[in-house]
Amino acid sequence: MTEIELLSWARGPGLQIATIVFVAGVVIRILEILLLGRKANLAEAKGSEMSNGLRTIVTRTIPDKTTFKRSSVTIVSGYVFHIAMFIPLFFFAPHILFFKDVIGVSWPSLPGAVVDAFAVISIIAMIAVLINRLTNRVMRYLTNFEDLLVWLLTFLPLITGYFAFHRIGLTAPSLLAIHLLSVEVLLIVFPFTKLMHTFTLFLARWYNGAISGYRGVAS
Amino acid sequence: MTKDLNLKNGSLTEISPEKGTLGETLRKQGVSRRSFMKFCATTASMMALPPAMIPSIAKALENARRPSVIWLSFQECTGCTESLTRAHTSTVESLIFDSISLDYHHTLQAAAGHGAELAREVAMEENYGNYLLVVDGSIPLDNPGYSTIAGISNLDMLNEAAKGAAAIIAVGTCATYGGIPHANPNPTGAVSVKDIIKDKPIINVPGCPPIPVVITGVLAHFLTFGSLPELDHIGRPKAFYGQSIHDRCYRRPFYDKGQFAETFDDEGAKKGWCLFKLGCKGPTTYNACATTKWNNGTSFPIESGHPCIGCSEPDFWDGGGFYKALSMPTDNLTQTLKYAAAGAVAAGVTVGVMNRSKKNTSNKIHVKTTLEDLEK
Repeated sequence: MTEIELLSWARGPGLQIATIVFVAGVVIRILEILLLGRKANLAEAKGSEMSNGLRTIVTRTIPDKTTFKRSSVTIVSGYVFHIAMFIPLFFFAPHILFFKDVIGVSWPSLPGAVVDAFAVISIIAMIAVLINRLTNRVMRYLTNFEDLLVWLLTFLPLITGYFAFHRIGLTAPSLLAIHLLSVEVLLIVFPFTKLMHTFTLFLARWYNGAISGYRGVAS
Repeated sequence: MTKDLNLKNGSLTEISPEKGTLGETLRKQGVSRRSFMKFCATTASMMALPPAMIPSIAKALENARRPSVIWLSFQECTGCTESLTRAHTSTVESLIFDSISLDYHHTLQAAAGHGAELAREVAMEENYGNYLLVVDGSIPLDNPGYSTIAGISNLDMLNEAAKGAAAIIAVGTCATYGGIPHANPNPTGAVSVKDIIKDKPIINVPGCPPIPVVITGVLAHFLTFGSLPELDHIGRPKAFYGQSIHDRCYRRPFYDKGQFAETFDDEGAKKGWCLFKLGCKGPTTYNACATTKWNNGTSFPIESGHPCIGCSEPDFWDGGGFYKALSMPTDNLTQTLKYAAAGAVAAGVTVGVMNRSKKNTSNKIHVKTTLEDLEK
């Protein structure tokens, strides 16, 4: 298989397979959670579940003081990583073209140098996250195989994207193919790992807020 | 990696001294010493050779005896020959072509029928082990009858001609990687020269068509050093195919700044912005177009406002469309997305219902344990 054939496979059948697994996996898992239902609450409602739930989705974005003090490294590096990662993902012109082709919507892109800077920041933040995970005794104790796997599979699209952008090491078609394949692997494992937090985070936050809302207490 | 052909300098044509040296021929054609040296200097710089090599190139070329060249055209469109022979003006490059002993080329030769084939057979016999074999076009393997010359299948003719060749130059993407005949669904089972010939040095000069100066550069290198130039991992001379179109493109700054032409006639197109969004394959294509240019250095496709189609890469015809950007999926992913989502909703609801019924069943068959039960 030549590098161009590999690239064609990654842009064609590879992407198809990854998309099917990703979409089907995510939709089935979310539906499964939603359809499981909850036991009827026999207590009288003292406030609104919905409004409090929705509010909590937003308010929980800011960590409370105690939590921040306790795990400041995790929180800061986590935030830096997530924000920095969204810039290349959603504002690099070739990526926008991809979204435009698939969902038909497009938006303005950022210059290559800006995208590159944020990619580097997100890579550094990811390395910081890993170092913290491996050096902090409590974190290390809590770490299992899935955590490390998910870290690696998230890191690969970033680093291969960086290499493809700067055309380091291999020929351009190979670099692009490897980058695409790394994204496809990420999409395939996505629904079966904690990467699902991308979607379930909203359900979980809403639920936390809704419980307090029903009881009429602050969440 | 330089492949040594174990040929002494000039030994290519020692067998046919009556053909004269390249220098003599060029002088006869009225090429001045100045033009000749200019060509040598250009060739040296194109091939990334040090300037100190220029006199050596000149001396070697001057004394090189006209090599016998047999040119076989298989499943092709003659575009490669057109490109290589139709120079705008009579350049030194084209005279180099005139100066080789092109003993067989069925498009260009005057002879026809048995006479033509005889010329090929004689040239092969007389220059056995020393002639250069140039091939354009792919070779069909499904049915030998798909492409024949004088009743001889392309496969047989290639195998026979390759036996006595010093080296093979595969010209054009069809001969190098199968090209358009090889494109999906490849109805003739077309393959490249390299897929068939394994025991001879092969230089791939891909492009649809390839740049003329690349051929003359390779030829000049061969005549000067008696060896093949350094090749990349898919057999292309690194001097010409070492950098991508994207990396040498004069529109690259626009790509870096995120300024793109969205259509062929918008403001961006008029301002000469990057053509990535219009499907440019420059980022994954290795060729010399951006530096050497075409039509005597006039321009190249991107300079004329058209995206690169990636013609010097294998399977460029199957890359999902010339006007589809590299970062776009080649197949219809939107449809896949819709079908996958619809199927997943159905499956998710089914799983949800099953879970609920399981929960209900569990609730029904649940037996409450009392304190008395535990004390039993």
